[in-house]
Amino acid sequence: MRNGTLNILIGGEAGQGLVTIGQLQSRILVRSGYSILSTQSYMSRIRGGHNSFSIRVGPDGVLAPEEMIDLLVALDSTTVELHRKELSPKGVIIADEQFELTGDHLLEVPYSKLGKRKQMNVAAVGVMNSLLGLEQAVAAQTIDQFFGRKDPKVQEDNRQALEKSLEWAKTIENKTLKLAPVTAREKMLMLSGNECLALGALAAGLKFYSFYPMTPTTGIGQTLAALAKTAGIIVEQGEDEIAALNMALGASFAGAPSMVATSGGGFALMVEAVSLAGMTETPIVIVVGQRPAPATGLPTRTEQADLEFVLHAGHGEFPRAVFAPGTVEDCFFIPGRALALAEKYQSPIFILTDQFVADSYRSVKPFDLKDLTPVRPGADENAITQPYRRYALTESGVSPRLLPGMSKHLVVADSDEHTEDGHLTEDLSARKQMVEKRLRKLEGMRREVIPPEFIGNPDPELLLVCWGSTKGSALEAAGDLRTGGRRMGVLHFTQVWPLVQEQFLGLLEKAGQAVCVESNAQGQFARLIRRETGFEIKRQIHRYDGLPITPEFILRELKESR
Amino acid sequence: MSTLESFGEYETAWCPGCGNFKLLEAVKQGLVQAGLEPRQVLFVSGIGQAAKAPHYLNANVFNGLHGRALPVATGAKLANPELIVIAESGDGCIYGEGGNHFLAAVRRNIDITVLVHNNQVYALTKGQASPTSDQGFVTKAQPEGVLEAPFNPVEVAVAMQAGFVARGFVGKPEHLAGLIQQAIAHKGFSLIDVLQNCVSFNKVNTLAWYRDHSYLLPETHDPRDGGAAIKVAREWGDKIPLGIIFRNDRPSFVERASHSVNLAKTAGQVDKTVLNAIMDTYS
Ligand SMILES: Cc1ncc(C[n+]2csc(CCOP(=O)(O)OP(=O)(O)O)c2C)c(N)n1
Ligand SMILES: [Mg+2]
Repeated sequence: MRNGTLNILIGGEAGQGLVTIGQLQSRILVRSGYSILSTQSYMSRIRGGHNSFSIRVGPDGVLAPEEMIDLLVALDSTTVELHRKELSPKGVIIADEQFELTGDHLLEVPYSKLGKRKQMNVAAVGVMNSLLGLEQAVAAQTIDQFFGRKDPKVQEDNRQALEKSLEWAKTIENKTLKLAPVTAREKMLMLSGNECLALGALAAGLKFYSFYPMTPTTGIGQTLAALAKTAGIIVEQGEDEIAALNMALGASFAGAPSMVATSGGGFALMVEAVSLAGMTETPIVIVVGQRPAPATGLPTRTEQADLEFVLHAGHGEFPRAVFAPGTVEDCFFIPGRALALAEKYQSPIFILTDQFVADSYRSVKPFDLKDLTPVRPGADENAITQPYRRYALTESGVSPRLLPGMSKHLVVADSDEHTEDGHLTEDLSARKQMVEKRLRKLEGMRREVIPPEFIGNPDPELLLVCWGSTKGSALEAAGDLRTGGRRMGVLHFTQVWPLVQEQFLGLLEKAGQAVCVESNAQGQFARLIRRETGFEIKRQIHRYDGLPITPEFILRELKESR
Repeated sequence: MSTLESFGEYETAWCPGCGNFKLLEAVKQGLVQAGLEPRQVLFVSGIGQAAKAPHYLNANVFNGLHGRALPVATGAKLANPELIVIAESGDGCIYGEGGNHFLAAVRRNIDITVLVHNNQVYALTKGQASPTSDQGFVTKAQPEGVLEAPFNPVEVAVAMQAGFVARGFVGKPEHLAGLIQQAIAHKGFSLIDVLQNCVSFNKVNTLAWYRDHSYLLPETHDPRDGGAAIKVAREWGDKIPLGIIFRNDRPSFVERASHSVNLAKTAGQVDKTVLNAIMDTYS
């Protein structure tokens, strides 16, 4: 019950439908006007094990996940055993009366009397809605839509289960977790980070997407695949990640704005082709959704330990940019920025996410699509000086990129070192000029860096430095400490490469103490800042147990280490 | 109309007497016979002596990584189906480093032509065994001779029901040009495995050896007869068949897809009404 919010955790075995309950309940809350953040914690298996779906909900913007549970919806008795200790003083456990549990906080539900076995999901949602004091019409309508209207019998069963559970819930005594009312009920969308990346890319003019399935980015491909026909794009599953990236480079070379997504292990297979993009100067956006490694690691958990990998991936020297979305909104707008930058500088551009931001659902205001301009590949044929040279040496380093078959000119691209017209060469002075030409593009990219966002007291005694998905937790932790009377600041990086020190070094130097907060064991971002600026962020908070950094985690660490 | 001159004449990095020269001439001849202009054609190659070939004629070229010509070719064809896409590389590149892509491309039946310079050796790296080297072939890297059984690309392609499977020989350039023309015309995946001598690193399978050990398939061979084709495909050693070994007309990847678009031509366009409707489904 931190900062006016409630935290719901639905727990059970894989295959019990807890994701259905979680998504359904999340949607009902969003449609009722609440702000949510839903996170999933699941084991890498299809049946059994212990999985959970948490929904943190409040009337205003929910920034981060919370550890303490107010409402525990247990689909099996293990869930109660595992999570009882996390229950808040006023917390409630909703469990099947057949579990025959003992102890405090229990609300035992006679599910067998409320509907058929299949309708237990709906009954659980009904009971939850009563406790939270939500309007029943929203729940009824959402359930109808969620399960589709195909089968009138199922629809009727669902309706009855909902009615019976609401009726039964009227008998509940001494237990309420009423949500604070919302001031205005605006239309909101409920989106995961992966869905936002997919939709944001579509909105920005993505035309080709290839992938090889790997958690936590599979959802991007599946979202795009479902929309491919409607949106007129092509989505193709490669035979491996090597194929996925090479295919996307072929498509991009031919004129389709292209993107791929994977996770660390799959990205390792793509690395040679990253360098190919650098050499052939082919635009490409590469999403790397981080999960704990090395090797297969913890496939379904979260981490931020591939920053150094992505920064250095690919043999040789060539420019790149790396974005790290901090919110679900960022996940919508960054693909457009990345596609545009990839096209403009004909370079590989990275979006570094993680399982936490990829899989968590949030309520977001509908995006304004009016001002979005889709990326337009290739240069204007009429502006070409004869003869056409794909890799003409220019001041900016950017050469005119024509598309094969789309003009009267022939386009030649080469992974070998090449002459201006794209043919392989071993002329060493040409080599030197090409290296310098490619690296000149970095100057332009530096001028377009998104500056880090500073939020807080202008003269902070404590400055939390973070990047990517840890933004919300850092902000909430800083807010709590500010309430306690401390001068707090948060410095968040949405773009982690290139770093332009004029944008932030002064803030680091001015702060009483800077603390770098990141989900890895070695402080990779702090190390990067030191390498680039010489500034050492001495105090660091690291989390690498596979769980997302929460505000409570930051507060505990700040108390312990001084 | 294009002529041989349209495709130009370049200096090469090949050894005098290399089979690649005849192969290059046959490619130009095949393109002329197919009535194609340089700008309609995209060559995608990998790395090796063979993979340099597209640099020696006029066309669009993407010379990518060792082993990765096929996925690049696939992506380009999917993006712009109007391009005539030809993947051209060596036996090591296509069957070795890129083996998985070879299988996938056959399965996709993507409408590209794959031209493999098969000299049964890694030439650019100076003479190690390739997947098609015969057993016992001695190299500096295999001093006791190759122990593995050779990969028979033609047999594998026939077994996987590839759309068009043929074998050519640089000693019969006109025949080879005809195969190239027909492979380009075929709607779907086409493989031409080309026997090519390497004067520097394969002293066993020489031009004379290939000539003595190969034969032109007779008119009586029906490439649409799968049973006959697989038997012919297995032939190697004393009797290596040349010609169209197998073909079928199963629909290509693009024909099977529920929607087809030219992404290169629709790039830059986003229908905001459609997009808004999509966004609304998330409310
Ligand atoms: C990833 C990678 N591995 C190895 C090499 C080295 N290499 C270059 S060409 C080649 C073999 C070429 O053989 P083939 O494809 O048969 O072509 P050929 O030279 O015989 O025409 C190898 C191993 C490379 N360039 N890239
Ligand atoms: Mg070879």
